[in-house]
Amino acid sequence: MSAHASDDTSRRDFLFIATGMAGAVGAAAAVWPFIDQMRPDASTLAVSSIEVDVSSVEPGMSLTAKWRGKPVFIRNRTEKEVEEAKAVKLEELKDRDARNANIAAGSPANDLDRSAGKDKENWIVMVGVCTHLGCIPLGQAGDFGGWFCPCHGSHYDTAGRIRKGPAPENLPVPPFAFISDTTIKIG
Amino acid sequence: MSGGHSTYTPRTGIEKWIDARMPLPRLMHDSFVSYPVPRNLNYAYTFGGMLSIMLVVQIATGIVLAMHYAASTQLAFGSVEHIMRDVNSGWLLRYLHSNGASFFFIAVYLHIFRGLYYGSYKAPRELLWILGCIIYLLMMATAFMGYVLPWGQMSFWGATVITGFFTAFPIIGEPIQQLLLGGFSVDNPTLNRFFSLHYLLPFMIAGVVILHVWALHVTGQTNPTGIEVKSKTDTVPFTPYATIKDAFALMVFFLVFAWFVFYMPNYLGHPDNYIVANPLVTPAHIVPEWYFLPFYAILRAITFNIGPIDSKLGGVLAMFAAVLILFVIPWLDTSKVRSAVYRPWYRLFFWIFVADCVFLGWLGSRPAEGAYVAMAQVATLFYFAFFIVVMPVLGLIETPKRMPNSITEAVLEKNKAGAPVQIANAAAEPSHKG
Repeated sequence: MSAHASDDTSRRDFLFIATGMAGAVGAAAAVWPFIDQMRPDASTLAVSSIEVDVSSVEPGMSLTAKWRGKPVFIRNRTEKEVEEAKAVKLEELKDRDARNANIAAGSPANDLDRSAGKDKENWIVMVGVCTHLGCIPLGQAGDFGGWFCPCHGSHYDTAGRIRKGPAPENLPVPPFAFISDTTIKIG
Repeated sequence: MSGGHSTYTPRTGIEKWIDARMPLPRLMHDSFVSYPVPRNLNYAYTFGGMLSIMLVVQIATGIVLAMHYAASTQLAFGSVEHIMRDVNSGWLLRYLHSNGASFFFIAVYLHIFRGLYYGSYKAPRELLWILGCIIYLLMMATAFMGYVLPWGQMSFWGATVITGFFTAFPIIGEPIQQLLLGGFSVDNPTLNRFFSLHYLLPFMIAGVVILHVWALHVTGQTNPTGIEVKSKTDTVPFTPYATIKDAFALMVFFLVFAWFVFYMPNYLGHPDNYIVANPLVTPAHIVPEWYFLPFYAILRAITFNIGPIDSKLGGVLAMFAAVLILFVIPWLDTSKVRSAVYRPWYRLFFWIFVADCVFLGWLGSRPAEGAYVAMAQVATLFYFAFFIVVMPVLGLIETPKRMPNSITEAVLEKNKAGAPVQIANAAAEPSHKG
C-alpha cells in the first residue's frame, strides 16, 4: 500500500470528489420538484383572461372586476377628471412611466397613454392594487380626486398616477382591449 | 451535557439495565436535576423555562385545533367559528392558542431584554445567542402564518402586505412573491401552504431549542453579576432550586395568561379579523399583531429615498435589518464587563432602548401620517444607534463599577447589610439547605 501511496491518493481524491459532485447534482435535482410545486399552478394560470360588459357604466361611474385574484378598476371618467389629468405636467409626477402593458414600455405617463387611447380617453382600466404594499385604494378620494390608499397614505390622481405618499409607481394598466363598444377583454 | 462528572447512580435493576444501553435517564438527571446553576439567579432568568412550556402549550393546542380546522378559502373562516361554537371546549382551545402566541412573545421579549441587560450574548455564549435569534425568527414566521389561517380581513390583508415586502426587491422580488403565494395574489394555494408550514415550523423550533439548551449547558448560565462560576460555592443544584423558582414564576405567568384567556380573550386581537376575508375591500387601517408593531413602525418610518434605494425598498431593508442586527450583537458590544449592574451608562441606555421599543410599538399601531411619521423616524434612528453607536463606543469609554471577585462574594456582600445570620447559612454547603 505504501509503495503506491501517491498514486492511490490521487485516484481516491478523484473518486471522492466525483462521488461528492454526483451526490450534490442528484440532491439538487431531487429538491427541484419540491420548489417547483410552489409556483402558480396550471389552474391559477388558466384564469388569466376575462371579459367585462361595461354598457351600463355612465360617465362618473366605476366598476371593479376581479382578474387573477386582483381587482381591476374600470372607470368612465368625467370631462373634468380627464381635463385635470391632462393639465398635469410630466415633471410634477413621481413616476413618469405610463406603466401601460398595451403600449411600448417606458412611454411617458401622460393622460392619453394612461387611458384606453384616442377617442376612448374617458376610459381608464387599471389593476387596483396599491404599488406600495398591495392594499386596495379607495376610489374618488385623496388629495388629487383620484384614488387613495388608506393603508399607508398613497394618493393617486384621476389617471391613477402616484402623486403623494410611499407608493413608488403608478397603478399598472393591464393588457386589455375593447372587443366591442361595450365589452372589455382583460388579459 | 454539563461537561462535568455525572452524579447519576442507577439504583434499581431496570435503571441499571437502561443506563448500560441508552443512558437517557442519566442525561436528564445531569441536565435538569444535578446540573449546577449560579446561586444568584433572579426571576429574570425564569423565562427560558417558561418559553419551553409555552412551546408545548402551543403545539398541544395547535394539534387538536388542526383536527377541526379546514385549510380552504371557502371553509376556513367557517371552520374557526365552528371550533368556537360547536366543538366541545373548542372556544377554550382556540383562545389558549391565539392568546398563547401573544404570551409566547411576551416571554421571549423579556427573555431577550434579560440577555441584553446582563450581557448574556458575550463570549463564550455567541452561538447560544445566535441560536436564540434563529428561534425568534422561526417564531415570527410561525406566528405570521398562523394569523393568516382564520381567513379574516386582517389575516388576508396582513398576508398581502407582508408578502408584498418582497416586491420591493428589484427583478427577483416578484418571482419570489409568486413562489410564496402560489399565484398572483393571496388565495387558496397560499392558505394551504401556510397551514402546512405553520404545522411544521414549531417542530423546527423545538429542534433549535434543543441546540439552544445544549449550547447553554456547555457554557453554563450567566448570572446577574456576569462573573463566571469559579467554585462549587458559586452554584446550587438545578433541582430543587431552579426548578422551584421556575415553577413559581410559571404559575404567576399562567395566572396572567388565564386572565386574558377567560376574561379578555380578544383584547390582543383585532375586531376586523371576525369579518371574512374579502380580496376587493381593504380595511381602513391595517395593523399587524402587537408583537410585530415596532418593526412595522420602522418599515413605515422610511418615507424618503436613500440614493438608489427607493423608500419602499428602504423601509423593507430597515425592517429586516432591525431583526438581523440582533445576530451580530456579540461583536458590536466592545465592553469587557458583561453585566449592566456594573455599567452605569450602559444601564441608562438599555432602559432608554426598552422605552424606545415600546414607543415604536405604540407608533406602529397609529396611522402613518403627520407627527407620527417624524416620531417614528427619531425612534428608528435611536433603535439602530443603540446597536451601531452606543454598544461599540460605550464599551471603550465607560468606567465600570468595582466588581466582586466571585458570585459567592457578591451574594455575601449583598446580604451583609440586612441579615447577618444569613451569611453563615449562605456560606454553608448549599445542598444541605431546605
